[in-house]
Amino acid sequence: MQKDIESLLAEHPFFRDFAPDYRALIAGCGKNTHFDSGQLLARTGDSANLFFAIRHGRASIEIHSPERGPLIVQTVDGGEIVGWSWLFPPYRWTFDVRAMEEVRAISFDGECLRGKCDRDPVMGYDFMKRFARVFMQRLENTRLQLLDLYGSPAR
Amino acid sequence: MTKVAGSDCVHFLLNALQKRGYTCIGPTIRDAAIVYDEIRSEQDLPIGYTDEQDGGTYRLKKRSDQARFGYTVGPQSWKQYLFPPSTLLMTARRTSDGFEAASPIDNVRPHAFIGVRPCDLNAIAIQDRTFLKGTYIDRTYQKRREAAFIVVVNCGQAGRTCFCVSMESGPMARSGYDLALTEILESGRHEFLVETGSERGEEVAAELPFRSATEEDGHAAQRMVDRAVHQMGRTMDTSGIKELLYRNMEHPRWDNVAARCLSCANCTMVCPTCFCSSVEEVTDLTDDHTERWRRWDSCFTADHSYIHGGSVRPTTLSRYRQWMTHKLATWIDQFQTSGCVGCGRCITWCPVAIDITEEVRVIRETDGAKRH
Amino acid sequence: MEAPRVEQVPELMLTTPFRVRKNRRETVDTRTLELVPAGESKMPAWRPGQFMMLYVFGRGEIPISICGDPEESSVLFHTVRAVGPLSTAICDAKAGSSIGVRGPFGSAWPAEFYEGHDVVLVAGGIGLAPLRPALYRIMSNRRRYARVSLLIGSRTPDILLYPREMAAWRKRDIDIRLTVDAAAPRWKDSVGPVTVLIPRVELEPSRTVAFIVGPEIMMRFVVQALAQRGIPLSRLFVSMERNMKCAAGFCGHCQLGPAFICKDGPVFPYSQLEPWLAIRNL
Repeated sequence: MQKDIESLLAEHPFFRDFAPDYRALIAGCGKNTHFDSGQLLARTGDSANLFFAIRHGRASIEIHSPERGPLIVQTVDGGEIVGWSWLFPPYRWTFDVRAMEEVRAISFDGECLRGKCDRDPVMGYDFMKRFARVFMQRLENTRLQLLDLYGSPAR
Repeated sequence: MTKVAGSDCVHFLLNALQKRGYTCIGPTIRDAAIVYDEIRSEQDLPIGYTDEQDGGTYRLKKRSDQARFGYTVGPQSWKQYLFPPSTLLMTARRTSDGFEAASPIDNVRPHAFIGVRPCDLNAIAIQDRTFLKGTYIDRTYQKRREAAFIVVVNCGQAGRTCFCVSMESGPMARSGYDLALTEILESGRHEFLVETGSERGEEVAAELPFRSATEEDGHAAQRMVDRAVHQMGRTMDTSGIKELLYRNMEHPRWDNVAARCLSCANCTMVCPTCFCSSVEEVTDLTDDHTERWRRWDSCFTADHSYIHGGSVRPTTLSRYRQWMTHKLATWIDQFQTSGCVGCGRCITWCPVAIDITEEVRVIRETDGAKRH
Repeated sequence: MEAPRVEQVPELMLTTPFRVRKNRRETVDTRTLELVPAGESKMPAWRPGQFMMLYVFGRGEIPISICGDPEESSVLFHTVRAVGPLSTAICDAKAGSSIGVRGPFGSAWPAEFYEGHDVVLVAGGIGLAPLRPALYRIMSNRRRYARVSLLIGSRTPDILLYPREMAAWRKRDIDIRLTVDAAAPRWKDSVGPVTVLIPRVELEPSRTVAFIVGPEIMMRFVVQALAQRGIPLSRLFVSMERNMKCAAGFCGHCQLGPAFICKDGPVFPYSQLEPWLAIRNL
């Protein structure tokens, strides 16, 4: 089962150029998951000990508002990753993550990952750098969305 | 042909031009300045007057002689006539099912411009490139340009804000005129050298009762021009000026000039090459008839660059930089010449005496400095 | 890519009356006007990317891109967003009323120079309107191009422009991808800025050309993302906007550095503008 995860990781853009022995280490924390369309991968407030590498399918990151209902603030496609709350206490999801269609993903146990990064800091640093790059891009995207570029210009 | 006239040259010249149906426009005194207006006789000229100019300063003074053209340039230029401050572009009226629009009948009176300084002649050539040699032709300018008879007066003196020598636009004109006069004033002699520069000019000069010029007359005229060359009040080093300004768009000097500039737009009004305009609709009280007018505009106005709720150039700094870099740099990429002729009007008529030659000098001396 | 000289434009500053044949509501603040010549007026010839100065009697003109099919020679289409008094008056123009037209002006999308290339069209908000004529032209000559994709960014799903036409476009082998800034879960496409769509498009960078229209900030980020895929700035074309009065290069209002947006543009290769766009408040 682990070997399958390892080869799946080798195909995933986030892990593709990660050193193979690091990949093998991390694969130990991962398992194959599958979600039907509409199913939640994560729920706001739930304990966040998972992070997902989406293999196929699109997932939405949502916030629920009382008057407006659920709002999608970002979508994540196959080849991307989702989930950062496993990095720091209190380890709780701050968003819902929902499968918009059938989704296949590798889910990683957060505690297992944190442990492996602590024990091998060189690998841990490499892993965190990759993470940082993804979230840097997400922040840039969010800033563009925040600007409401297509909104009505001020009078 | 080249002739020599007495001090009453202009008297005969005006007669010949008026006879041919030209309305003569020339320098005359009004409101303590020398402006261009219709002149009917030689007496309308500022005979025996000169001007004293410097940064933010303009005064008229009497001379000790009866020179007809013993001054430099006033606040106006010939764009007043070729590119008028207000021009009717279109009229329209409502009809039962919409509206009808028409181009106005544009009757242009033939004008003779008397006393066009070489810098201003260059400015006309520069505006020709904007209005006649671009992607489109401006017909209102074209009509007025073709109907204008140009009598240049070469300069025998220069003012403290003049720098036409730096801009290679004077103090003597070489071509592009119908007639060119040089007023010869030396040791009791007061004459005019009269040179022709076109067929129209030849035709008029042929009937003027002046004697033929000799080589000595030519030398005398040259001495006048040389005097002007040596009196230039300002200089501007134009070597590589386009690249200099392009690489100094974030120079701290812009903050310095912005702190002084009032964004009053005087410089653009007096500059003989500035061509910005606005297009305005004006309706009558019934709202059934409307006119489309072109009016002079200035890049110094706050809403010159307004789009979608804001101005691209909201600060005095950005607008001053736009004006100066357009005039001296981007103009070259647009029209293959500088936009500046060194007439000095922007220096004279700036209420806080901002000096474009000084601004260039400071940037050149501190090339590469960056504002924070 | 120069606009025609004055000999082909009857009278440069004279407006021609047109009649509103139809005023179609696109979104809460956006309308598409179908204009036909009134009386003796003639339909002008135009190219994708060009714009007209649309006129409200007695009030004034604004530049609006032509957004119709170039093969449609009897009707002029303009999609207009109500952001100021003139655009609002144009959006309010009822069928049968008169709108003045002057033009066309400006440079065109250079699609015909890039046959055999992959084409990426990127539209943000109302930017889809000026791109639509280029899309029609490409679809009419679809076999001359390789992969053609249309990437659209919108604020929300309900204000997407021309949604009913997209099925037909997809049938002409146009890969259409949509993204919005926020949506309810009914939405099945992407949520994020239009830049997120760029890494997913299949293209050969050495033979790709892109046409991009949207707010200037959006165009800047899109250009960056496309450049990151190896497409040179000289093959990334944008459509620029500035204040315009005459539309013919005389009034001086639309200058960006040495370029007059009205006659050197509005379509430019980004490489030409890059040094100027880097300077704030230019």
